[in-house]
Amino acid sequence: MTATADSRAGAAAVDSANARRLVDLVFRIREFGIVAVLALLVLVTAVIEPRFVDLTNIQFILVDATIFALLALGETMVVLTRNVDLSVGSILGLSAFLSADLFGRHHGISIVLVFAVGLAIGVACGLVSGFLTVVGRVPSLVVTLAMLYILRGIDTLVVGGGQVVASSLPNSFIEIPRKTLAGIPVLAIVVAVVIAAGAYYLHSFRSGRELYAIGSNPDAARLAGIPAGRRVFTAFVVSGGIAGIAGVLYAARYGTIDSTAGSGYELQVIAAVVVGGVAIFGGSGSAVGAAFGALLLNTILSALYVLGVSPFWNQAIAGALLLGAIALDRGISLQLAATLRKRRTHLGA
Amino acid sequence: MLVMTDSQPLHSLEHASKAFAAIRALDDVSLELRPAEIHALVGENGAGKSTLVKILGGVHLPDSGALSIDGREVVLQGPAAARDAGVAIIYQEPIMFPDLTVAENIFIGRQPLRSGRRIDARAMTERAAAIFERLGVPLDPARLARGLSIAEQQIVEIAKALSLNARVIVMDEPTAALSAVEVERLFRVVETLRASGAAILFISHRLEEIFALCTQVTVLRDGKLVLSRGLDGLTAADLVQAMVGRELPDRVLQEQSIGDAVLSVERLTREGVFVDVSLEVRAGEIVALAGLVGSGRSEVACAIFGIDRYDEGGVTVDGKPLRRASPTAAMAAGIGLVPEDRRQQGLVMEMSIGRNITLASLMRLRRAGFIRAAAERRFARDWAARLQVRYGRLSSPMTSLSGGNQQKVVLAKWLGRRPSLLIVDEPTRGIDVGTKGEVHRLLEELAAEGVAILVISSELPEVLRLADRILVMREGRLVAEFAHADASEESIVAAATGQGEPVAA
Repeated sequence: MTATADSRAGAAAVDSANARRLVDLVFRIREFGIVAVLALLVLVTAVIEPRFVDLTNIQFILVDATIFALLALGETMVVLTRNVDLSVGSILGLSAFLSADLFGRHHGISIVLVFAVGLAIGVACGLVSGFLTVVGRVPSLVVTLAMLYILRGIDTLVVGGGQVVASSLPNSFIEIPRKTLAGIPVLAIVVAVVIAAGAYYLHSFRSGRELYAIGSNPDAARLAGIPAGRRVFTAFVVSGGIAGIAGVLYAARYGTIDSTAGSGYELQVIAAVVVGGVAIFGGSGSAVGAAFGALLLNTILSALYVLGVSPFWNQAIAGALLLGAIALDRGISLQLAATLRKRRTHLGA
Repeated sequence: MLVMTDSQPLHSLEHASKAFAAIRALDDVSLELRPAEIHALVGENGAGKSTLVKILGGVHLPDSGALSIDGREVVLQGPAAARDAGVAIIYQEPIMFPDLTVAENIFIGRQPLRSGRRIDARAMTERAAAIFERLGVPLDPARLARGLSIAEQQIVEIAKALSLNARVIVMDEPTAALSAVEVERLFRVVETLRASGAAILFISHRLEEIFALCTQVTVLRDGKLVLSRGLDGLTAADLVQAMVGRELPDRVLQEQSIGDAVLSVERLTREGVFVDVSLEVRAGEIVALAGLVGSGRSEVACAIFGIDRYDEGGVTVDGKPLRRASPTAAMAAGIGLVPEDRRQQGLVMEMSIGRNITLASLMRLRRAGFIRAAAERRFARDWAARLQVRYGRLSSPMTSLSGGNQQKVVLAKWLGRRPSLLIVDEPTRGIDVGTKGEVHRLLEELAAEGVAILVISSELPEVLRLADRILVMREGRLVAEFAHADASEESIVAAATGQGEPVAA
């Protein structure tokens, strides 16, 4: 915050190295923090209601969380650049219906092709959002809010009052979320690998780090010659594509798809991203944190259900926990700033 | 006008012009930068220096004229092209990525890679450390850039220029926000760069720095080239006259009658920031708070005005204790604060000139809870006229004003409340010579009217000119006090840096 005089420069360097270690530790603890809260939640719920930790329930939670964790990966990329994608829920709904509907129209269609169609739908939506945000220079909040309504409208038009039912879907498709390996859903393993790869990309590749740079200071990014437009555009396309894939997984998981599939998911995904430690104004956070955020939110909802809390309370409690997580985070960083200030007095005085 | 020397120009701009809408920001300007030479660029704000810098940096393309590097004509399509051509720009307030590490700030977009095009974080940190060592500054490359002082940020920018092997380095008012010690360190670094063969364009409002550092000078006025030659044989007065096209009047000293204490600060302490600060400012008195950047001066001001909390001590205004941590209470008690950072803290840049002037006085422009538009306009027009703000329309955005006129708007905003105490942090940072004189005169007039004024300034000539009393801070403590007559640049610097005293443990 304040500069140090040259006479103390040596001490200041040591001081700042110590401070950095402390900061690093707390940042790491932030991700540990979510894991700790998660463990505590599971423990308490399991003590009250042992059914919560039986294998089937854990598998259910994991599979449900994978869809959110996947969405959170795409959303993280967008939020890191100081943008937001509110259209993921609508993309998921549209993709879920259109892809599942293919099974009814074309018997024996390849599952890979259905995933490709879901991906294509998502990518197309992401292209539109990205184009309007980057080329049209419309704030992404507005663009993707409009996309949220437009896509939901299209969804309602296409689906009408009807729905896809599980019986029209091939078994091999419905089995996808149910396959397990040593008790762990294969889907969860695949998604975990995807998220790890995404996190590694964001951390260790130039274009990934540039997403952080853009969100940290958009003007500086432009002056540093970072192709900010192209990067933001790509983030929207990836987020859209992931939402498209998530739509197909949603279809496989629930089987029944009407025009409300995925409504409200966008806010849950953003909540997961924020709980996971991604700064809502961009620049910092990690995909792994966001994935844990998604897992935590899903576990909370599941725990409330298992504990027999009235579903009417679910959203209020989830919201309160969200506020709690953010308050804790804010408290830690204020505490940290104060510690650093005091530490400097000792060295300076 | 150009003086011919033996060495080939590394970088030259010929007959460049640039207009924004109807305003000719730059009109037929030529400039030659040679290796191992420090070239000064001076001119009042609005003279076209920034436009010139942006053309060199590839941010703007000139409407006409040519740019050549190493004798080859180039067209710079964007900042990246300028960077690749070996041109580095160091801005007055560098723009950093606060969430990235110092090393990443240096190497963003060109981080060293290892197999599979992955970033080699260790090599990056090591390279940054090597550069800092070469510059002789202790900065930790692995720390986050958030919280770096402006001086440290500039060092990071210079390190970036070095990592790029930049041969042309443009420094846009690098010293505006630095303390004397930091300026000295910067000069050493710049001299190192020059000795290694770089061509340097150095922009500053402080003429003594230009004479200390540069050998060539180019003067701009109203977008036109006035003068470009060697500095030998020129005096500061010559440069000022070339810049403003007129002689500046000297200060008219007037008898000031000093009244009772308006502000008394008793043993104010904010842990880790400042300790045990007691001071008094009386009606009609100008008190200057001097010291290095980071010595806690602005922080004391923020604590008095209630922006920051303090841990111990108290503040009294007109004999009544002031509630802590409440700017509203401070304003009600008659305090105005002109902050250090005009654009971020002093103004709402997105709002019009008029709205900025009335911002602190809206309560008295109301009738039945609604603001009267006519009264608001009249109020803004009045105060803009009184402070001689040079503006097009009151409804124009703040960005249409030069730095000096923006500062006048900040002053107008507070003067409209008729404060009994005005705290002014860096009143003339980044303001051209002509307007600077106007701001100084204004502060003197206010004091003569009985306003108590607390000025914080890093510019010693300003402190010496304005202040009736000078308080010096060092590392969060008040360490010296001088009356106007007893103060000299040497004595203030000595107190601010702790020279000539036993070093504090």
